[in-house]
Parts: sequence; C-alpha cells; structure tokens
Amino acid sequence: MLEIKNIYKTYENQPLLKGISFSLAAGETICLLGASGSGKSTILRIIAGLEQADSGDVRWDGQSIVGTATHQRNFGLMFQDYALFPHLNVFDNVAFGLQMKQWPKNEIAPRVDEVLGQVNLSGFAKRRVTELSGGEQQRVALARALAPRPRLLMLDEPLGALDRALRESLLDELRAILHHTGIPAIYVTHDQQEAFTIADKIILLREGQIAQAGTPPEVFAHPADGWVARFLGLGNVVRGKIVGRLQIEGWRVDSPIGMLEVVCGHLHHVGDEITLLLRPRAEVVDSGEMLSGVITDVVFREQAFRVELAGGLYFYVSAPCKIGQVVKLKILQVECL
Amino acid sequence: MTRSRFLTWLAPLVFLGLFFFLPFGRILALGTDFASLRAGFFVETFNILIFTFDQAALSTLLTLLLGLPLAFLFARYTFPGKGIFRALTAVPFMLPTVVVAAGFNALMGPNGWVNILIKNIGLPPVAFVGSLWAILAAHVFYNTTVVIRLVGNAWASMDIRLTDAARSLGASPFQTLWRVTLPLLRPSIFAASLMVFLFDFTSYGVILLLGGPKFATLEVQIYIQALSMLNLPAAALLSIIQLLCTLAFSTLYSRYTSRITAPLKPRAAWTNQRLPKLRAEKFFVAGMLTVLLAFFALPLLALPIRSVSRLEADRAQHTAQAPGLTTAYYSELLINRSDSIFYVPPVNAALNSLTYASLTVLLSLLLAFPAAVALARPGRFEKAIDPFLMLPLGASAVTLGLGYIVTFNHPLPFAHESLLTSPLLIPIVHTTIALPFVIRNLQTALATIPQRYREAAAVLGASRWQTWRAVDWPIISRATVSAGAFAFTVSLGEFGAASLLARPDYPTLPTAIFGFLSHPGAMNYGQAMAMATLLMFFTGLGIFLIERLRLPGAGEF
Repeated sequence: MLEIKNIYKTYENQPLLKGISFSLAAGETICLLGASGSGKSTILRIIAGLEQADSGDVRWDGQSIVGTATHQRNFGLMFQDYALFPHLNVFDNVAFGLQMKQWPKNEIAPRVDEVLGQVNLSGFAKRRVTELSGGEQQRVALARALAPRPRLLMLDEPLGALDRALRESLLDELRAILHHTGIPAIYVTHDQQEAFTIADKIILLREGQIAQAGTPPEVFAHPADGWVARFLGLGNVVRGKIVGRLQIEGWRVDSPIGMLEVVCGHLHHVGDEITLLLRPRAEVVDSGEMLSGVITDVVFREQAFRVELAGGLYFYVSAPCKIGQVVKLKILQVECL
Repeated sequence: MTRSRFLTWLAPLVFLGLFFFLPFGRILALGTDFASLRAGFFVETFNILIFTFDQAALSTLLTLLLGLPLAFLFARYTFPGKGIFRALTAVPFMLPTVVVAAGFNALMGPNGWVNILIKNIGLPPVAFVGSLWAILAAHVFYNTTVVIRLVGNAWASMDIRLTDAARSLGASPFQTLWRVTLPLLRPSIFAASLMVFLFDFTSYGVILLLGGPKFATLEVQIYIQALSMLNLPAAALLSIIQLLCTLAFSTLYSRYTSRITAPLKPRAAWTNQRLPKLRAEKFFVAGMLTVLLAFFALPLLALPIRSVSRLEADRAQHTAQAPGLTTAYYSELLINRSDSIFYVPPVNAALNSLTYASLTVLLSLLLAFPAAVALARPGRFEKAIDPFLMLPLGASAVTLGLGYIVTFNHPLPFAHESLLTSPLLIPIVHTTIALPFVIRNLQTALATIPQRYREAAAVLGASRWQTWRAVDWPIISRATVSAGAFAFTVSLGEFGAASLLARPDYPTLPTAIFGFLSHPGAMNYGQAMAMATLLMFFTGLGIFLIERLRLPGAGEF
C-alpha cells in the first residue's frame, strides 16, 4: 500500500534522513524505533505531507503522492502531546475531521459516538478537553484520528507523555483497536518495549539510516550489529579476536573477559576481529566459569537479579547476590554478530 | 496614618489635587452647564462623534490587516535581522505625533519626496496629506506594533502541531486558519483591536496635522472650541463625552483581558519557529519584509533627508537655486526674522522644550520617589489611593490643557499674573501626564528588590549603608534614569496639552513644528523638517536610554 523510496532530507544543513526506504502492507503495523534525533518523526511528517523530502518518493498503491496536499491524503496523525483543539469540546474535536470531509450532519454524531465507544470514552462528548486527564486526552486524540476512517494511521510517540502503568494498559488497548479496525499504522517510539509489543515489523533508525528492519522475533534473534544489540538492550557487546578454530563450526576467541568458545556459521579466519553479543542470562557456578568478577550493583527484577560487574558488564542470575561479592558466572549464550 | 506617612504623601497628593483633580472638577462643572449652548451644537457634536468612531474603526481594521500577517511572520519564522525588523515596527509607537506627521509630510506631502518626483515626470500631484488616507496611514503606522506584540506573542506560543493536526484531519489551509488558528487567537486579537481603537479614538495630533481643517475628531473639536471659538462650556461638554467613551472602552478592555484563559499547553516560542523553506514561504517572508521596510522606514528616513535637501526655490528668493544639499533650514532656526511666525528665534523652541523636559524630569522624580517607596510595600491606604494615582493615564492631554485654561485663568492670590500666562504651566502639565508612569516604573523596580538579598548581604557582614549601596542602589539608579528618560521623552514630544497652553513667545518643539507646518512656504516647510528631525533625534536618545535600562519584564503592555 504505502511505499517509501529513498528519502533524503537535510535540516539546517545537517543531513537528517539518508536514504530511507520501506513499505507497509494492508493491515500491518510498522514501528519506527530510534533515539531522539534519529529522524523518525520527520519521516511521519513527510508521509503526512507536513514536510517535503529533498529527494525520494512516497507512493500509495503505486501512485506518487508527493504533490498531494496534507489535507487531501486522508492519513490520520496522532501527536505526542495530542494537539487537541483547546477551544472545542470532546465531540467537536472528534467531529472535526468528519466536518472537514463534509460528512452529512446526521452521520457525524453516530460516528463520533462509535469511535468514542471504541476508546472507552462514551459519555465524554460534552466535556471540555482542558478538563481531561492525560490518558483521557490520549484517547480523544486517538478517536479524533480514527473518526474519518483514514487509510493510514500514524502515531508519533502516542504514549510518551503518560506514566508507566497507564502506558502499558493503553498500549494493549491500542493494539486491540489497530487489530480490530485493520487500519495500517506507523508507530513511532523510542521505547523498545512498546515497539516489540505493538509492531508487526520493526524498523530501527540510526542517525537517519535504517539500521535493521524485520519482525520482532527476527530482530531479537539476529540483531544486525553491535549497535542494534546495545540499543535494544539484548546483552553485553564486546569485541574479540579469533585465535583458533574448534572442530565443529566454532572458534576460540580472545576477548576482554577472557578466552571464549563461540559457535557460529560465519566464514572467519584466524586473526579476524569480531563483535560478540553476550546474552545476559547467566548461571552462578562454583567451577567451570567463563567469567568472574566483583559485583558493583544488584537490582531485583521480577524473576531474577540483575547484577553488574566491575567493568560494566551485566547479567541476570537467579541466585541472590550481594554487592562486593566475587561471583563466578557461566554465560548461557554467546553469539557472533 | 502615621505622621511620616502623611508627609510622604503630602507633596504628590497636593500636586495631583491641584493640577489634575481640580481642573477636571472645573470641566465637569462647566460642561454640565448646558444653558449657553446653541441647539445646532448637539447635531454637530453627534456628527463629530460618528466621524471619530468611524475613523477609529477603519484605522483599527487596517491596522489588523497589516498587523496580523506581520504577527504571523514574527511568530512562526526565523530570519536574519529579525530583531531589527521587529524593533523598527515598535519605533513609531514611541515617537511624538508631530514627528510622525512631519515624516509623512516629508514623504507624501505637497512638497514631499513622492510629489516632487511626480512633478518632475509631469504627472499631477497626489493629494495625500489632508485626506482621510493620511490619517488612516499614520494610525496604522503608530499602532501596528500593538497587534504584532499582543497577537504575535499569543501566536508564537500556540502549539504549531494544532494546525498540523487540523491539516492531517483534512482541513485546507484556509479552513485551518478559520476553524483553528483564528478562534484560538480571538482573545488576543480582540484585546489588541480594543487597545488600537482606543488610541485611534483619542487621536489628536495626527488628525490636526495630517487631516487638516476638514477633519475633526472629538479631541480636535475640543481644541477648536476652546481656542478658535472661545466656547469653553462647549469644549468642556465635549471633554466629558470623550471621557465617558474612553472609560467605556477601557472598562471593556480590562474586563475582557482579565477573562482571557491560558491556552491548553503553551509552548516555548522557538519550538514553533523555523526558517522559511518552501518557495511560497520565502516569497511571503520577503514580501512582508519589503512592505514592512517601505511602510515603517521610509517616513522615518524621508524626514531627516528632506531637512537637508533643497528641492524648490524659496518664496523670497528670485534667483533660481539648483536642487541640492543645504543646511539653510537649520541655520535659519537661529535667526529671528521680522516676518517669522514667532516672536523669537525658532531655536528657542528647542531650548524651551529641553528646559521644560528637564524641569518635568526633576519635578516628577521628586514627587514620584516618596510615593513609589510607599507603594512598593503598600498598606491599606496605599492600596486605596493607587487607582487614583493612575487616573491621569486615562485622561487626554487636550482635556487636561482645557482644564488648566478654565482653572488657572484667574490671577493668583500672591501674584499679579495668572498662572496661565506663566511658562511654568507646561512642565507642570507634563509632570501630571508623566507622573503615573514614573511612579509605576520606580515602584516596580523597588518592589523587585527581594528582601532576601538585603538579608543575604547583612548575613555576609554588610552594614546598613553597605547593603543599600550594594543591593538597592544599582537597581534604583537604573530605574531612576529610565523613569527620568521616560518623563523627558514624554515632555519633549507632548503636543496635545502644549497646543492649548504654550504661549506664542514660548513655543515648544512640537508647537513650533505645528506652526511651521501650517504656514506655506518652502522655508517654513524646511524649518519644520529640521525641527522635527531634531525632535526625532532627542526622542530616539530617550527611547534608547529607556530600552537599555529597562528591567526585564517591566514596561510591557
């Protein structure tokens, strides 16, 4: 449906987007994940027509829409701070898009009621938006964006301004609504948990370029490089040097934490520099350890202890530990990236 | 009330009682004496009221027409030289009316640049000065900055994503403006309109100098009735009508502005601003800046350049002189010609004005200081009299001048002359006008000195004197100079009261410029230009001082 082709954009003489291409299929939710300044919001603004790319193309069903004005694209956009019209009440905010599209008057009210019901705000129609809580404002913004039945919904950090508990419950609702309505969506966030929860496909942005694209399991299992692994918090990333070969598809690797045995299908030679991902799950052992170190920090996280060692590496272990204790660890999974 | 507080308030209250409330009381008494008025007077007054209203409404509309796009420009875009452009639009607001009138005259008057250019090509001259257009243009010139500030600030802090949201919901640019932007700006547009309307409604110098005898607002009619018709009761009644109208509009204004609610989420202005990027945007910015430069800079430039340019032969000179640069208009100011319109060398007007302005500074600071000290830490008494101290702000200068005429035309008990014939009356009336500003200025400065600073200084071992020297003095001295500069500038450019009260042998700069402008002849015209240039220079100096010394946040609308 939507195709983004080789978008370039500079902002105040700084390159902001450097050749972004991706496509979105019917009913699919794509998540643009990246740190602030990675250019993810700008991609949304270009798709919405609020900004023009320097070069590249935006296509819908094979037709370029670069020359189409924002208000004629029929794309919904939801902003981080919701941008509700403060001079209009909830009903008029939600009805705004319908009025702009000149829906018949007698169809507007039922449609507004319907979407307000979808976001669990039935009975809020006459309320002033200035009186609503953050979560309620967020729902109104979603209802407003959904009301005109856009052919694409874009959400720019829609949960960014809310507290954690509210964010989790709204995220589930949002997922249900997107699934239920079948509207293709692009969801922008810097929070990887949000991204993994809601996305059919994740596009990771790094300094204006796509660092990796794929389904959440793909990205989780095979991070493209050390940066992606570190950004997603998949584990510890260390550099190592191949010093010898093991019998079965494996290598002896000299790393800052010691000699490691790594199994991988890549073609390497002795002497190559490689990047290793040490997944954080580990076991405390008495002997046969891969690594030992002094614990500098311990945090209890749901089912495991997150221990940090001198030097900055971290692992999750099930046995209780103390700060200052020397532990011997067996790392359960070491991958070559 | 304690004895010391009584002494503090004695001087300012006696002064205001004598030179503000007494004259106004006299006007009220005189204006309600209908017996001496002709029947035709009321019809005439009604027509003048209608014209006053119409020209103010039309001026306000035109001011919005220019001001709103400029407000948008300053609110949404950044571009090189933005600060200078913005300052340029604010300059006219602080200039004396006679300077503005002279500036428009230098550009568009019968002997101004445009008409001389047109004459050389052989086209008929443009009768701009003396038409309603001149009045409207000058009003727009004056008040556009009010719209830029009030509406522009509201616009700048309005979240730009609101309009983005409207666009993404299918609103065209026009629908976005109509359904989202304008409704959100309505309070600020309304406040700015009322304020501009109020200024235009009480316009005096602009009408008198640029409109000519054909046009009279209430304010001008007060002057005509008082000085030309010598019908003081009629002038007094007009003053009362004027006062009631002003009161009604300003009540509406303060009622409305107090009701304005803050936007849902104001955003820092800079997050909503950016460089113009699209072709249409660049075109808009360049176009608006060209209009801005032409409209605001040309009259201000035309004046000083015209004052040193000879463009036509003088009446008295039979030999044709080539057009060129000349200092004749300035040197002529020093000579007391027998056929001159004054009894004294015109340069005396400048000396008079500077003297009056200095006296005004001295007098208003002396009166304001004790009041400001008391008001900075107000008690019940201070809170009660505060609004009365500010009353002169709302009074028109012409009405005040009229009040002085009806109050002080009797000989003083201890002198042979009446106060009316004394040149001292001008600094007194200027002090009355400037006093509220000066008091507020000093009071705000004194109130901003936090007690904690003094305590901190004391804890650190400063004596009382050292504390005062280190904490109070730097702030007070700044505020004093700034307030003094303000009083000086007000007195220098004040035209309304001076036009009624200044004696012909003691002209002030504005009344002398008015005199020169209303007499024919290239030499008179040139001298008006020269004097207006001098006045512009002195005023500019004053404005510069005030701006440099202004405390952050003080002195905004």
